[in-house]
Amino acid sequence: MTDQTSTPPILEIDNLTVDLPDGNDRRHAVDGVSISVGPREIVCLVGESGSGKSVTAFSVMGLLPKGQLTPSGGAIRLMGENVLEASDERLRELRGARMSMIFQEPMTALNPTMTCGDQIEEVLTTHTSLDQAAREAKILDILEQVQLPDPPRMAASYPHQLSGGQRQRIMIAMALVLEPVLLIADEPTTALDVTTQEQILKLIKDIQRTHETAVLFITHDFGVVAEIADRVAVMQWGKVVEEGPAEAVLKRPHEPYTKMLIGAVPSFTPHGRAREAKAPVVLATDALCKTYGGGGFFQKARAVNAAQDVSIEVRRGETLGIVGESGSGKSTVARCIARLIDPTSGHIYLHNDDIAQASQTRLRALRRRVQIIFQDPYRSLNPRRTVGASIVEGPMNYGMGAKEAYERARSLMSLVRLDPGALDRFPHQFSGGQRQRICIARALAMEPDLLIADEAVSALDVSVQAQVLELLDDIRRRLDLAMLFITHDLRVAAQVCDTVAVMHRGRVVEYGEAAEVFGNPQHDYTRALFAAAPGRGFDFGSAAALAAG
Amino acid sequence: MTEGTENLVDSAASADAASRRATVWEQLVRNPSVMFGAIVLGLMVLMALCAPLLDTMDPSSIDPAWRNKNPGVEHLKTFSDGTEREWTYRMGTDTLGRDTYSRVIYGARVSLAVGIVVAVLSLAIGLVIGLVSGYIRWLDTIVMRVMDGLMAIPGILLAIALVSLADAGLVTVILAITIPEIPRVVRLVRSIVLSIREEPYVEAAISVGTRVPLILIRHVLPNTIAPLIVQGTYICASAILVEAILSFLGVGIPPETPTWGNIMAEGRLLFRVYPHNIMFPGIFLAITVLAVNMLGDGLRDTLDPRMRKRL
Repeated sequence: MTDQTSTPPILEIDNLTVDLPDGNDRRHAVDGVSISVGPREIVCLVGESGSGKSVTAFSVMGLLPKGQLTPSGGAIRLMGENVLEASDERLRELRGARMSMIFQEPMTALNPTMTCGDQIEEVLTTHTSLDQAAREAKILDILEQVQLPDPPRMAASYPHQLSGGQRQRIMIAMALVLEPVLLIADEPTTALDVTTQEQILKLIKDIQRTHETAVLFITHDFGVVAEIADRVAVMQWGKVVEEGPAEAVLKRPHEPYTKMLIGAVPSFTPHGRAREAKAPVVLATDALCKTYGGGGFFQKARAVNAAQDVSIEVRRGETLGIVGESGSGKSTVARCIARLIDPTSGHIYLHNDDIAQASQTRLRALRRRVQIIFQDPYRSLNPRRTVGASIVEGPMNYGMGAKEAYERARSLMSLVRLDPGALDRFPHQFSGGQRQRICIARALAMEPDLLIADEAVSALDVSVQAQVLELLDDIRRRLDLAMLFITHDLRVAAQVCDTVAVMHRGRVVEYGEAAEVFGNPQHDYTRALFAAAPGRGFDFGSAAALAAG
Repeated sequence: MTEGTENLVDSAASADAASRRATVWEQLVRNPSVMFGAIVLGLMVLMALCAPLLDTMDPSSIDPAWRNKNPGVEHLKTFSDGTEREWTYRMGTDTLGRDTYSRVIYGARVSLAVGIVVAVLSLAIGLVIGLVSGYIRWLDTIVMRVMDGLMAIPGILLAIALVSLADAGLVTVILAITIPEIPRVVRLVRSIVLSIREEPYVEAAISVGTRVPLILIRHVLPNTIAPLIVQGTYICASAILVEAILSFLGVGIPPETPTWGNIMAEGRLLFRVYPHNIMFPGIFLAITVLAVNMLGDGLRDTLDPRMRKRL
């Protein structure tokens, strides 16, 4: 925290209003927002999707899409200069030299046809008159500062040759090479794994301290806020609803919306629900392996072990969580169990039938017993078919009459708390959370024994996520379902799972009761994973309960 | 679920899909290149259908006394049924004294028929092969290698070979032009199927036990319609051109049936002296192909805006 009375702020957004084009659900994307960022300060702009946080950031950079979003009022002062009134020429000078931005997906923000070094050099040639040698020295220096190993090699690499974390470091290097006074970070760690996210957050913090940069950090994740913010502004529907020091906002929120948001962040403490140890085993896998590649007709053999020796067990009425970072093989296991892909070896026992190598004919009879819910609610429903048609498709495949199937669809819509009359609508008429409920209804229409949720809540905003999680839990309890819950989010896992399997590079490295795994992790990787989770020292669920109580 | 979101959905009427369809139609009507293409093409089709009503004579009736006359020449002509009346050769006559105007009008029949039939045939065959080979992995390698082979043979060469094997005639020409077009359609359909089959909603359909043919028809096929319509217009335009080329080379439709291609072929020898025998069919050919292509461009821009940058 800095004392703002003595030093003028680096960035001052004063009553900014940005209009939306006609025909939207609201008139302003950003409505009278005032935020200031002082020197050496990290201000987090938090909000759910559509809250206007990114639009605010893009207005500062002068990057709003022309003709679609226009700032109609207020001022954005960067060291006293109103950015909104700056000419295009002046804006170009300011961008890079005074303010710069890093984005969510470094792969798309970097040019795939240029080496990383050339891309940083481009910034230098545009804005400075340094000679070749000085530019090269500067590039190596900044790569060193963002803690990339072997800077000369990194400078000569193309973006696709680097990992996600390294690419984000390159972006940060590019943003900081001209020593801007303001850095805008738009969800810079959202696309990264937790362990990488931790490193990037630490890097931003370090660099901000050494360079005395002011940072406007945009995020939807309260864990990240707890980790990095000096001050927080919470946005909803284009307005700032609450602003203050991070500690105060997170621990003693005043506004109901903030309370709701913080309350919706799942707590790290496992739920501690009692398990019924004698319940029958619905699903068990034994040494399940999936190897990709290995040579086709014209390709060279190069095998990748996506899953190796995975042995897990789910009982009726119980939720098993498979936790891991991207590429750990957790989705591969789920898709093998749903037989969307064929396992290479091992067994999958559904009750007592081994379905690992079952033929398509036999599989068809077994399919209805395992149902899967996917991550992306926008792509998991056919946009050309009504939601009703999507829900009844399964039962009608197994010979149910149309009338009866629609009857069941209606009752399932009420079960997932949607209007049963909405069956003749199309998916685009529903929000993400509602679509995910429809997907749940579609899965339940098959009356499965095992429900697989493959990152089913990862694409949803926290408040919606909390509702869907609660719904899933309610359904599991009511229908006595076995559930396989795939997630990268440890908080979500702690809330939902009875048992947890931690996967790393295709193997299950730790497997046990949720309380055990969370309370006393044994494997090094599990410990590293927990240590990296943002805001781990901060128990959100109970903090909000305190504030509300 | 809050009450608010529930109401929001309610307000979006269920007639929404119908209104979306209406807006696509409106966009098509408002698109100038769609309108130009459709109107010109419509006129051409109408002209071909109503050829006998457009003051034409038998396109193959020979009049040796009136060979190589310039456009606009008038002449008292005795027709095959014995009647005699004043006749204006609007586009002149060719080396055998046939009326170029009648030949060009009748020639439109062959050109348009070839264009449309080739487009429909190659789309239909290519769609089926593409769907199946895109969805069934083991078949894919075999089918695509065959298609690669077909694509490696120059289309006109293949057409000449086919025509020389069978009797020259409309059916042979259509087949000869269709076969080289099929691999292009197969590739287009296959690429769409390959991306759609990875969509979660297709996987969801698999996991609720939908059979493969139904998945293809219900979930995959609708995504191919828009690009196929566009591709169809390009095929149509190129088929009209290829037919003209084949007839021009003398391996297409036999000379007794007038087509734009063989009218030009016959006019070639005396092109310097009597250019009208090449000019008039050439103009009609160019306008038709332009109209079909503009229709295709317009359809592409409205039906599939993302394709605009790709093709």
